[in-house]
Amino acid sequence: MSEPREITEQSVESAVAAALAAIASAGDSAALKAVRAEHTGEKSELAQLNAELRNVPNDQKAVLGKLVGGARGRVNQAFAARESEIVAAEAAAALEAEAVDVTALPSRYTAGSRHPLALLEDRVCDVFTGMGWEIAEGPEVESEWFNFDALNFDADHPARAMQDTFFVDPPEEHLVMRTHTSPVQVRSMLDREVPIYVLAPGRVYRTDEFDATHLPVFMQFEGLAVDKGLTMAHLKGTLDHFVKSIFGDEAKVRLRPSYFPFTEPSAELDFWHPTFKSGPRWIEWGGCGMVHPNVLRSAGIDPEVYTGFAFGMGIERGLMLRNGVQDMREMVEGDIRFSQQFGMVV
Amino acid sequence: MRVPLSWLAEYVELVPGTTPEQVHAALVELGLEEEGVHTFDLVGPIVVGEVLEFVEEPQSNGKTIRWCQVRVAPDGETAADGGEAVHGIVCGARNFFVGDKVVVTLPGAVLPGPFPIAARKTYGHVSDGMIASARELGLGEDHDGILRLSTLGIDAPVGTDAIELLGLDDTAVELNVTPDRGYAFSIRGVAREYSHATGAAFRDPALVVPAPDAAASPFPVEIRDDAPIRGRAAVGVFTTQIVRGVDPTRPTPAWMIARLKLAGIRSLSLLVDITNYVMLEFGQPTHAYDLDKLQGGIVVRRAASGEKITTLDEKERTLHAEDLLITDDRGGIGIAGVMGGAETEISDTTTNVLIEAANFDPVSIARSARRHKLPSEASKRNERGVDPEIAAAASARVAQLMVELAGGTAEGVSVIADVPARQAIVLPRGFVTRVTGVDYDDAEVRSALEKIGATVADLGGHDGVDDGFSVVPPSWRPDLTGREELVEEVARLGGYERIPSVLPVAPPGRGLTRSQRIRRRVSDALAVGGATEVLSFPFANEADNLQYGSADGSPVASVRLANALDATNPVLRRSLLPGLIAAAKRNRSRGLVDLGLFEQGLVFLPELGREYGTRDLPVGASLPDDETVAELNDGIPPQPRHVAALFVGETVTKQPGQAAVPAGIVDALDAVRRIGLAVGAEFEIVQGAHHALHPGRTAELRVEGRAVGFAGELLPAIAEEADLPRVVAVFELDLDAVIDLATVQPEARAIGTFPAATQDLSLVVDADVPAAVVAASVVEGAGELLEALHLVDDYRGQGVPAGSKSLTFALRFRAADRTLTAAEASEAKLAGAALAGERTGAAIRE
Repeated sequence: MSEPREITEQSVESAVAAALAAIASAGDSAALKAVRAEHTGEKSELAQLNAELRNVPNDQKAVLGKLVGGARGRVNQAFAARESEIVAAEAAAALEAEAVDVTALPSRYTAGSRHPLALLEDRVCDVFTGMGWEIAEGPEVESEWFNFDALNFDADHPARAMQDTFFVDPPEEHLVMRTHTSPVQVRSMLDREVPIYVLAPGRVYRTDEFDATHLPVFMQFEGLAVDKGLTMAHLKGTLDHFVKSIFGDEAKVRLRPSYFPFTEPSAELDFWHPTFKSGPRWIEWGGCGMVHPNVLRSAGIDPEVYTGFAFGMGIERGLMLRNGVQDMREMVEGDIRFSQQFGMVV
Repeated sequence: MRVPLSWLAEYVELVPGTTPEQVHAALVELGLEEEGVHTFDLVGPIVVGEVLEFVEEPQSNGKTIRWCQVRVAPDGETAADGGEAVHGIVCGARNFFVGDKVVVTLPGAVLPGPFPIAARKTYGHVSDGMIASARELGLGEDHDGILRLSTLGIDAPVGTDAIELLGLDDTAVELNVTPDRGYAFSIRGVAREYSHATGAAFRDPALVVPAPDAAASPFPVEIRDDAPIRGRAAVGVFTTQIVRGVDPTRPTPAWMIARLKLAGIRSLSLLVDITNYVMLEFGQPTHAYDLDKLQGGIVVRRAASGEKITTLDEKERTLHAEDLLITDDRGGIGIAGVMGGAETEISDTTTNVLIEAANFDPVSIARSARRHKLPSEASKRNERGVDPEIAAAASARVAQLMVELAGGTAEGVSVIADVPARQAIVLPRGFVTRVTGVDYDDAEVRSALEKIGATVADLGGHDGVDDGFSVVPPSWRPDLTGREELVEEVARLGGYERIPSVLPVAPPGRGLTRSQRIRRRVSDALAVGGATEVLSFPFANEADNLQYGSADGSPVASVRLANALDATNPVLRRSLLPGLIAAAKRNRSRGLVDLGLFEQGLVFLPELGREYGTRDLPVGASLPDDETVAELNDGIPPQPRHVAALFVGETVTKQPGQAAVPAGIVDALDAVRRIGLAVGAEFEIVQGAHHALHPGRTAELRVEGRAVGFAGELLPAIAEEADLPRVVAVFELDLDAVIDLATVQPEARAIGTFPAATQDLSLVVDADVPAAVVAASVVEGAGELLEALHLVDDYRGQGVPAGSKSLTFALRFRAADRTLTAAEASEAKLAGAALAGERTGAAIRE
């Protein structure tokens, strides 16, 4: 049992001063906890002074009670203030301790990528679907009828020779690796009702050598529109819109007379490349023309009622012209560094 | 086609100073695309010199050189290089004599190479220029000695500019001629086009040559075609003409050599050069026979199968029954329109010549040229169609040049002709505008067609019907067969630049199809997931197809190419994996060792024992009936779209605080899960088997209970054979099938908001029971309160009997309408455990 205390202004102030000094010197939450036990706990000076209140005469109770209560309030306030200071300091210290070099963190992410040809193909499709066209597809091993006959290639046309076309063995069965996506034109006309506005992208095959500017397997997209009243002006308008979408608003199309069995009149398609590396210029990109009436007839469409236009371009060449790829072989070797230059964007 | 400008200028007015670029620019507007410019690439001074004297000086290297004094300017004048009139020149050749006129390249001149000429010290003299050979000038192949001008029949004054003298100042433009415009394989055709392009006056060479007389006594010729190809007459026109008393040893004039050379044809001998020259000028191939070597008359017939002929190139060729043959009494003396025979060839002893100019069926010629791999200058023209009305004029032109240059006398031309009249084409009024979108009036349409040589008649109308125009195309345009071709003629003469740009409005579309959208998403998901897309050629071999395209090694069929580029890969792939393996190998050889590769593409899956294709094709230009179209489609082998990926090396590399994560089957399965998300399909993964994969690390992938592919690690032996590390993880899916089986339109369920209760469940079960089977039983047994379950541990060892494993699942329960009590959750969990026990023998681990 400790000595009975006398509640005086001096004894109270002395206890408060001791408590405040201890609070101020507590450096962390553990020290503060000990200080709290010592200065506000049951055995603390203030607690004992408070307990002493029940022994004071009634007429002094109010005055001394106020004195002790005020002292305890001041001490508690100091505790709260110090506690929040320490909590904040400790939180800050914890954050500081957790700091890392964000440039040296491990990563579980692996860089993947799409193939730029596939991305460009998607991009081209989007331009046409944006105009209301649909995307049509067909087989890569194709019947010669769809690949040639229906497209107005005569049985003796040089393109049907083995030096240009991959034939499936035996050749008498008339299966070829499609040499263009044009057979999809015929399939579209057979499957759909006019008016038809379709784009046919995909892989095609020619027995070309494999070098920087030739591939035996490459990608094309061909457009076909069949409707009443279509003219070469609509062909040009469509191509103008397309090249602007892909090469910028300053791009435009120029047509030059040419020859293809499945179009008449036919044209070579040049476009003005406004951002070509060595300066803006006209660049040849494909062929086009008005669908030959024999092609319409092959698909049961009356050329007296309907006209159509068609065009075809190579995606590899598009990628070379647009993104500066120099050597076509890089597109098919599967070297990840090639695709990863593009990521998901072409 | 290469067109020397001096030659072009003979038949169309060419403003002096017109550049090759200007000619190209004019012609490209009409559809003759520029291919290049050819010159002799010589810079003067190159002059005529006369050898005054020389001294032969043997050298220590065994050679004997001549130290020559050559006069290169008239006496008292300064030479073209500013030097003395007589130059001292060292010459290695010894084929000349004192007094010979030669070509001297003086200091300052440049020969092709470029090879600049300068005075230089050699063999103890200062050689002040060079005496040139024909080859050095680009005029021929002869490099055995220097060019003596007398051999070209030239005697020009000393100091004359030899470049101009020899025609070496000419330039040729090269044009790309599209297959429909055979007429443009001639100076005649190009001159006409140039006239159309510029309005310059055109002179038809066929009309410039004097009209030939008819032969007094025709050489006997018989056309006997027993087996026309596709019902087409083999011979439309066949002319013969005799020139007697020629001197075949006379030199070909330099201007002709130069023009032939620029046109890409080597000078051979005067008579041959003349036939080539006329072919280039008229577009009509001709052939010259040594008349005295012919035995009897000429018969044109089909070859007997197996019949043989030795052609001009000294090759013996075995003939096909479709080959059209020129014969005399001994047999074949030429493959018609393709190449003549060796036995009746003209030579330097020929004195009498028979000229043949004929018009053959293009299809027959094309087939023969292709069959015998003889794409000659003659066949190139014949298979595109030669003007049937020009044969006699071309023959007369050959005779004219022979008489002029080789002497002799020409007899008349005898002609056999059976050419059907050209059909008129009806061109409806306004049709050109309807197709081109450019306003053309009648007068302009008519004028354009007449300009190209067509005969145009305005049919007017009857009974209120407009009959339009009747157009008969010119004889040299066999390609003009329909009104659309006539539209192109008007449009190209009018100029394609007049076509306006009008964007047509398509009817509203529906965007990409479901399959197209999904396929894009699949590739995007794999790329975002860390794999790189590759596009491999689909060429493969049977071994690959058996290895990867057959799950258990049972035989499979492959689509075989008749003319594969690479004999080691003659079939089409049944699997995408060989392409990915090859790409992985290539990357690793370039030092890129950690790889995730994927590909989306078609595979080709013919059924074993089934024949594909269609023997007889329907004709073009008319719609086949539905049955025929179905038959064509049925003959096409199945070619579904697959997606596959390959992972090798490390998927996460070692980093600070991060151990390396090696690639394995886990990566393949995760990639499959990404595809499941992208497609909207839930994959069921079950233990599987594939003869190319690790027997214990293979998963079969199913959607809606149907097997759609596999994932796993390659057999280590196979990986090793492919030069890859031991662990190579792969998957391959039939993407078309996955898309077909996937959810098209998900149905939403209400999301429960009452609190969840979570509990763990450990079950001891035989080690060979798949965890997925236990999990499925728990799910089924626990009923609808079980919201989610996942496997958190697979423990084997102390406390678990040998041959068993302890599977711990974390379970999350939730009721839709109330807060679950722990007792309710436990009850559901025990029900799940009970069903698992019943199905798999699993017991709750205490």
